[in-house]
Amino acid sequence: MFDPLEPKSTDQVQFQFEDRMLSAPRDATLASALLGAGITAFRDTPVSGAARGPFCLMGACYDCLVSVNGVTVQACMTTVQDGLQVTRVRRPLTESEGTA
Amino acid sequence: MTARFDIAILGAGPAGMAAAARATQLGASVVVLDEQPNPGGQIYRNVDQASAAQHHILGADYSHGRVLTQGLRDSGAVHCAGATVWDVTRDGVVTYSLNGQPEQIRARHLILATGATERPMPLPGWTLPGVMTAGAAQILLKSGGLVARDPVLIGCGPLLYLLAAQMIAAGRKPRALIETQSRSDMWAARGDLPGALRGWRYLAEGAGLLTRIRAARVPRFAAAQDIALEGQDVLSRVRFTSQGKTHMIETDIALLHHGVVPNTQISRALRLDHAYDPVQRCFMPRVDALCASSDPAISIAGDGAGIGGAKVAAISGEVAAFAAACRLGLITPQARNAGVAPLQRKRRHELQARPFLDRAYPPAAQSLTPADATIICRCEEVTAGDIRRFAQLGCKGPNQAKAFGRAGMGPCQGRFCGLTVTEILARETGQGQQETGALRIRAPLKPVTLGELAAYDATSQDT
Repeated sequence: MFDPLEPKSTDQVQFQFEDRMLSAPRDATLASALLGAGITAFRDTPVSGAARGPFCLMGACYDCLVSVNGVTVQACMTTVQDGLQVTRVRRPLTESEGTA
Repeated sequence: MTARFDIAILGAGPAGMAAAARATQLGASVVVLDEQPNPGGQIYRNVDQASAAQHHILGADYSHGRVLTQGLRDSGAVHCAGATVWDVTRDGVVTYSLNGQPEQIRARHLILATGATERPMPLPGWTLPGVMTAGAAQILLKSGGLVARDPVLIGCGPLLYLLAAQMIAAGRKPRALIETQSRSDMWAARGDLPGALRGWRYLAEGAGLLTRIRAARVPRFAAAQDIALEGQDVLSRVRFTSQGKTHMIETDIALLHHGVVPNTQISRALRLDHAYDPVQRCFMPRVDALCASSDPAISIAGDGAGIGGAKVAAISGEVAAFAAACRLGLITPQARNAGVAPLQRKRRHELQARPFLDRAYPPAAQSLTPADATIICRCEEVTAGDIRRFAQLGCKGPNQAKAFGRAGMGPCQGRFCGLTVTEILARETGQGQQETGALRIRAPLKPVTLGELAAYDATSQDT
């Protein structure tokens, strides 16, 4: 878990992650907004489907990928905005598992 | 139209900011491209926006970054923020994405100031959510305004102590410090101690950090081995042995660090000469005393040319600016030498503690030669055992390892597995790391959308 260093600023934006409405300080990255909301698992890997979350927070590891309004982005390199629709990136089904 | 500049600087950390301020002062037209919205790099990240409380927690060394950001602002250099560079060529063409659009500039001289990345620290379970780098926790302090609750810090080196001390200053002391270095490492470093004492400020700072960690009664475990990060879907505990005893600590945040290494993605993509450094255990570009790479039109300044820290980075940025200005005919060799001489003296002084630190806090053995079941390529979930199997099948280097089993082929493009693959293959084949080589890097250096590539094609026909 992560705690805020200072009292919550009044300048907050609202966004959605999966089925939860969350708020975060304006100018926060999406990664810190989700971590601040207690979420560490951002996606499932394409290989094994294991849960993953942010690792480096500086744009190098690509572990914090999320889907924003349908586009896969690095959460640590994306600024949170009012009304963003963020979803967890899921592992695509393999052929033997059938098609979606 | 492609904008033209005398000098393009890639990266707005200490090296890039100092280079920009000096180069413009010497009469060059300068553009600084950086991926972050604000200048500072990772070390001074968010330094102009951070609150008084953040400056108090992060300390005077962090606040010093404001001198450099001010220098960049006053310089007249074009600071292109939010630019993701994905192609750089030897003839000075830099292609980048800005707000999802492809852009291009051309420069007569390039200064690469891309800094460092965390040395990959593969451990069992290091891919679990909740396991992050110590650098990530610092970024959250600097720009996220967040502090981890009861994390364990694992690894070694000054940055780990600095993070612990900053957390203590924030009133959130870490749960424990699990340190991988041993007494014998400190013993091996004794020969470098006299040199380090001449750079006493670094040692005094280190001693000060340790004093604060002791005063806060943070439990410290020495010479930790068999570290395992465990949990179902997210981290829930850390298991390890220290001095013959097995320990288990429950936590949902573990912060890893065992040194930083030069970020050489661009210098390798440019096929500049690199050499493996057996002490810092990583590949470094070959640069001369004036920061010139094997291509005289490309300089490399700061940690990207070899780890020296923020102060050394800013000094080398200025050196690179003098040398570039001279190469472009803006100043005479005499003026360059006069400008560079005092900087070189300062640089030597700042580097005096480095050999001691390198030997006293070597990379964790468990992560240099991970157990077979440990994932080493996080993107493609390739294990150390997979790489050893590839070696038995005749795989000699990391580029072949891609074909054998996709290590290094995921979105991070080998940033977090390349060095480990080289280390494992070198050990398995008996070749040196230099001969084993590093991953060959190709554009796009960061993933771009097809739409951008198509638009890029259209813009490049314009020019």
